[in-house]
Amino acid sequence: MERNQMHRQVSVMRQSLFDQGYLDEQFIQLEELQDDANPNFVEEVVTLYYRDSSRLILSIDQALERNPLDFNKLDTYMHQFKGSSTSIGAKKVKAECTQFREYCKAGNGEGCMRTFQQVKKEYTILKRKLEAYFQQARQVGPSETACRPRN
Amino acid sequence: MLESKNGMKDGLLNSIKAGPPALLELSSKITALVVDDNTLNQTIHHRLLDNLGIQNQVVGNGKEAVDVHCSGKNFDLILMDMDMPVMNGIEATRKLRSMGIRSLIAGVSARSAEKEKQEFIEAGLDDYQEKPLTTIKLASILHKVKKDG
Repeated sequence: MERNQMHRQVSVMRQSLFDQGYLDEQFIQLEELQDDANPNFVEEVVTLYYRDSSRLILSIDQALERNPLDFNKLDTYMHQFKGSSTSIGAKKVKAECTQFREYCKAGNGEGCMRTFQQVKKEYTILKRKLEAYFQQARQVGPSETACRPRN
Repeated sequence: MLESKNGMKDGLLNSIKAGPPALLELSSKITALVVDDNTLNQTIHHRLLDNLGIQNQVVGNGKEAVDVHCSGKNFDLILMDMDMPVMNGIEATRKLRSMGIRSLIAGVSARSAEKEKQEFIEAGLDDYQEKPLTTIKLASILHKVKKDG
């Protein structure tokens, strides 16, 4: 009984990530690539995302401290961050990245700085939620993440 | 039967995995090269190809793509990213075509500006897809791959 409850909990957690707009269809694409031979594929990809993101966040933070701001460099970094976020279906993070790039194109430094705080906030929230989700999913067992219900 | 969201996706996906014998046979004999500097994209594209039974290799930039061809290897399909260090996708595509490489080269990029896309296509692409690459997009590329013999 308890195991069924845990299964349901994981399922509810997963669904809420979509319902609350944190993830989009691309995450489902990754789930569809997971199977018995690659049971942890999604988590592996998301871990790569965290690694990429840490590096890019640091680079952007440092670039935002420069005076004058190099908007081309900032845009290049954010293009990469947006790309990675898109690849895992990080919907809210992607939206903030898009906004940041708009400010870069407009040469609006204040806008960039303000939006970057939002980018980091959304990224931190998503990371926390995904870590909690994968931890629960691991406790339930590999079959839960490999045989996910449809969105 | 593959689970999917609508009838159209069912038809396309199943034509690769379980459809006409010729197409199934084709996908299992195709070789591919993934050219992308981003480890996340390398992992996803490699897995997408694996999932369709396509033997594939991964390199990290355009120069490595050229070098692997100079070593004598050839591929039916090349998935070419645009923005890469050392040699980008546009330069690599031009170079490969000038070397006489006739493989199907599909540009895969997150860039959506028409001008950049056009420059990439004019370098010698056979197809262009916006990232992220999905099974559906890959299937549409594979329909264009021709096997000799």
